[in-house]
Amino acid sequence: MAGGWITTKLNYVIGWGRKFSLFHYPFITACCGMEYMSGACAHWDFDRFGCGLTTFSPRQADLIMVVGTISQKEAPVLKTIYDQMCEPKWVLAVGACTLSGGIYDNYAVVQGIDNIIPVDVYIPGCPPRPETFLDGIVRLQQKIQSQDQEWRLKRRK
Amino acid sequence: MAIEKKKVTEALKEKFPEKVKEVSFPLGDETIVIEADALLDVCRFAMNDPFALTMLLDLTCVDFMGEEMRFEMVYHLFSITNNSRLRIKLRLPEKDPTVDSLTSLWKNANWLEREVYDMFGIHFTGHPYLKRLFMYDGFEGHPLRKDYPLRKRQPIIPMRRKE
Repeated sequence: MAGGWITTKLNYVIGWGRKFSLFHYPFITACCGMEYMSGACAHWDFDRFGCGLTTFSPRQADLIMVVGTISQKEAPVLKTIYDQMCEPKWVLAVGACTLSGGIYDNYAVVQGIDNIIPVDVYIPGCPPRPETFLDGIVRLQQKIQSQDQEWRLKRRK
Repeated sequence: MAIEKKKVTEALKEKFPEKVKEVSFPLGDETIVIEADALLDVCRFAMNDPFALTMLLDLTCVDFMGEEMRFEMVYHLFSITNNSRLRIKLRLPEKDPTVDSLTSLWKNANWLEREVYDMFGIHFTGHPYLKRLFMYDGFEGHPLRKDYPLRKRQPIIPMRRKE
């Protein structure tokens, strides 16, 4: 019983630490990037939620924000960048084009990036308001807090 | 100015009486329909003095599926000195749509023609590097043709779930 209690508490503490220190990598390809910018800057400022440090290398990032239309030509790039990120990693998909292809139901656009990489939180909108953006980040934090933290040695073979 | 504008098409009609099929002025824009094999001569004539249509603004294609002369090439020329424009149209058959390349006259025709080749499959004779511009290697078909399936996807990497 005591071991289980310790594991649960440790899980909670690690989750608490991780959810307030999200280093994010912005993968911005289209107009939703404007909403990302206003969300990241002083007006809405998602640094308040511990998501402030923008890394411009996927190798140092915990969170990739995929913001904008992903074309078929760009899909291998996104996949490579996702593979370069270290565990644990999360994916935030922002905007209608990223979620489902949006209005671009055609030959050139990937119909939702969950065709390429797994997605944790979907933020809908065309483009989403910065408030929606913040809401998505808070929901991601709730998810990180409640999930099973991958910290055990046996998982790192 | 309006009198001068009419002169381009009239001069072209006088110069190439067999090749010019139709002349019109929709909303004041000079438009000329010519035979496909006269394109280079017409352009060379138009770009020299006195008309000086020295700038190739755009070059594109229209697909009239079901007609024998299926593809219509549209060229937009502009004169910086005269502030006048000319639109040249010509029709190409469905089988073997081939037209002369304008890269010998305008450098920017290179990428414009590559785009039209990519999207419509028109072949340009004399083009130095006729390869796809927008779509990737291995893409099959020409997506802006009317008979390209609307929801046909050609992903480069395998998709995680079926679309």
